Amino acid sequence: MGQVVQQAVATKGGGKNAAVAASTAEIAQYLTFLLGGEMYAVGILNVKEIIEYGQLTEIPMMPAFIRGVINLRGSVVPVIDLAARFGGRQTESSRRTCIVIIELTSAEERHDIGVVVDAVSEVLEVSSADIEPAPAFGAKIRADFIQGMGKIGGKFVIILDIQRVLSVDEIASLATVADRGAETGAAD
Amino acid sequence: MDEILSVFSVEAREQLEAMEAGLMQLEQGDRDPETINAVFRAAHTIKGGAGVVEIHSVEKFTHVLENVLDRLRNGEIEVGGEMISALLLGCDHIGALLGVVQTGDMEPDAELKQAGDAITESLRPFLGATAHAAAGKEVSADADGNIERDPERNGSNSATSDCWHISVRFGQDVLRNGMEPLAFLRYLLNLGEIAHITTLTDALPAADEMDPESCYLGFEINFRSHASKEAIEKVFDFCRDDCELHILPPNSKVADYLQLIESLPEETMRLGEILVKSGALTQEELDAGLRAQSGARVGAGDTVPAPQLGDILVQQSNVQPELVEAAAAKQKTVSEKKAAESSLIRVHADKLDQLIDLVGELVIAGASANLLAKKSGEATLVEATSVLSRLVESIRDSALQLRMVQIGETFNRFHRVARDVSKELGKDIELVISGAETELDKSVVEKIGDPLMHLVRNAMDHGIETAAIRAAAGKPVKGRVELNAFHDSGSIVIEVVDDGGGLNKDRIEAKALEKGIIQPGQSLSDAEIVNLIFEAGFSTVEKVTNLSGRGVGMDVVRKNITALRGSVNVTTEPGAGSRFTIRLPLTLAIIDGFLTGVARSSYVIPLDMVVECIELANTSEERDYINLRGEVLPFVRLRELFEVSGERPARENVVVVQYAGRKAGIVVDQLLGEFQTVIKPLGTLFRNMRGIGGSTILGSGEVALILDVQALVSRCVRAEEQLAHGSTGTRRLEVH
Repeated sequence: MGQVVQQAVATKGGGKNAAVAASTAEIAQYLTFLLGGEMYAVGILNVKEIIEYGQLTEIPMMPAFIRGVINLRGSVVPVIDLAARFGGRQTESSRRTCIVIIELTSAEERHDIGVVVDAVSEVLEVSSADIEPAPAFGAKIRADFIQGMGKIGGKFVIILDIQRVLSVDEIASLATVADRGAETGAAD
Repeated sequence: MDEILSVFSVEAREQLEAMEAGLMQLEQGDRDPETINAVFRAAHTIKGGAGVVEIHSVEKFTHVLENVLDRLRNGEIEVGGEMISALLLGCDHIGALLGVVQTGDMEPDAELKQAGDAITESLRPFLGATAHAAAGKEVSADADGNIERDPERNGSNSATSDCWHISVRFGQDVLRNGMEPLAFLRYLLNLGEIAHITTLTDALPAADEMDPESCYLGFEINFRSHASKEAIEKVFDFCRDDCELHILPPNSKVADYLQLIESLPEETMRLGEILVKSGALTQEELDAGLRAQSGARVGAGDTVPAPQLGDILVQQSNVQPELVEAAAAKQKTVSEKKAAESSLIRVHADKLDQLIDLVGELVIAGASANLLAKKSGEATLVEATSVLSRLVESIRDSALQLRMVQIGETFNRFHRVARDVSKELGKDIELVISGAETELDKSVVEKIGDPLMHLVRNAMDHGIETAAIRAAAGKPVKGRVELNAFHDSGSIVIEVVDDGGGLNKDRIEAKALEKGIIQPGQSLSDAEIVNLIFEAGFSTVEKVTNLSGRGVGMDVVRKNITALRGSVNVTTEPGAGSRFTIRLPLTLAIIDGFLTGVARSSYVIPLDMVVECIELANTSEERDYINLRGEVLPFVRLRELFEVSGERPARENVVVVQYAGRKAGIVVDQLLGEFQTVIKPLGTLFRNMRGIGGSTILGSGEVALILDVQALVSRCVRAEEQLAHGSTGTRRLEVH
């Protein structure tokens, strides 16, 4: 039985078997995407939609990882450059560059935040048994950003703790610091 | 919460406001009986409503207030300061009880109950006498009753009962209309005592045909009370249209009872029995009455049987003419009130917000259609879209108008605050309000209440001196606090002015040093020093009073006002008083904007602030100011401030803006003209950002940023000051 289930998971078969498996090991769906050559994953429940990159309005006096805002069917949504947020260089936009719209709730409020990624790959089902804890170091991004390491196709994929990566409070305070910095810079 | 409960609490709050306003008028020496009546009516309406929706805590408590007010109305007691205070506290308590109801609990907690009991106790001195008087009346009435009970001595055919007789048949729709027949009966108990009650189930159909949502019940009630007929009728006010109600006063003539029996749908004999059983009539009276009636019929030859009863009634004219007049007058006022009400419609705030959102979308969509039409170059299409956008503009204005409310409502609350605070402080303070009719957005009005409250309390507590000091300074003993509102270039200004001692600059400076808000050696202008009071953790009064002085006040005031895209500052004159000025945007949703471009980005400047646009020419590279017809006009280059890369274009333009009396220039690349701007908030992510007030969506679908002119200018001021003071090592504080 166990084998049957695993097979079913491996072939991405849903249906009854997957439901049975859920009782022993939780299966969750993840969206995987590429960022600076590295594969990352986020829980699908947070992903609202994926749109083409374009028509972005920059916001002055903001840290580099805040790319700007876009018009998402009438509401203004901020866009974060994940690569810059992780301390790397800004993402260069290419033909495959996308914006993943992530829905977050913090302090009873709902926010939509866009995330620039190099390319979106696929939606995968990963059993909780296949998720390892984050390494103490070596991932090159802050350990608290990592929810776990998913084993997919024999490789590790970083599953992001998106609530932390896009923590509204942290970003807002970083933006203030950047603002102050720019000011002193201007004054000097 | 049920809809009916929410309607009740909204209406009850309105009545409470009316009650409070009336009480304040009474306290100020208004002895107009209409004012007392208005207060009484408000209390009565609350009680009645509470009874109908079965919130007994409110009903019971309001009943006490109503009793006091009733005595006041009847001139049995005089208006006194203590009584008004107790009654006002009572109002507050009703408000608290309503608050409990609004949270969904039907019963208040013990603490609240205790508070209510305490207030009831404080009202007792004004009540005790009433109870006495009532008891006295009862005795005399009893005596009367005894006399009347002797039919021979009376010589007339009056019934012997000393009770009111109420017969009520509830209509089938009573339950459907949200009314509970029992609630009326329970409420009736507030007026007196039910001596006997018979429930009539005759109208009840067979079980199969019965509709469980319909009411089939009727009641015959013998009611012992000293209330007037009008008061008893009022009990049934809420279902008046739905039910058949007959009220016979005590000691009515037997014929009246007969008439009543005739007019009711049930069988004559059965009703007669009920009346006898309930003690309204004796058997002999009934028999005699029926005999007389049938005798009369026989006498008239059975030709005109029915009208005779009517004649009897008219002859007996048991309805007093005053009563008729009063009823007519009352009906008239009721219908007039209804007419006034019908010109207002209660709309759920959500629906309005939705409308505003849709209008916002319409404005954006219209702008995009306009753009496309201009691109196409077709003259007719351009004309059609421009007509359309003009219409959209008027729709926008009227939609926004819907949300505008007068600030007066908020201001009037402060009369009560002023009264309470001056009582508490033992100061004689007068509150003067002007510009109450100034309108602003409802969402702004809701949020400005708390900061205003703090400023007003502060002005009274710290601003106005005690009577002795005032007298010594040669000022009128009565302190004066003004609340003003007026429009000023696209924003609304609210001022809190007091004629007190003014702010003590030296003390503020010393305190700021002590608290580490400023550093020693810093040179600050007077205006800067007084505005230090808005810094976090600042409070100069050593003695913490009940009202203010917790040190959390002023910075919270500023924070709340800044959150509304407004600003606050203070000017003061020692010995003459202080003036707190709050500036707020008129609306939070849609503004007229002026669209400008820098490189590829677009920025919107609120049109109300734009004075003029000129070409930037003949300036030196070094200095950021120009000669505007002899005036020195400092300017900001957006290109530099926002660190936009690329070359400056050959022609740059200056948009001259004015804000709170200051003029400044904003240098942009292009002027793109007027633009209806639907404000889209940038979200919490950008909440700490200064200089950008929000965003909007252009016709092309692009997002444009709205400049916060005031913040931008003060940012530049700061930057320059830092530069200037950089060498001397001091730092200046920003002043809003």
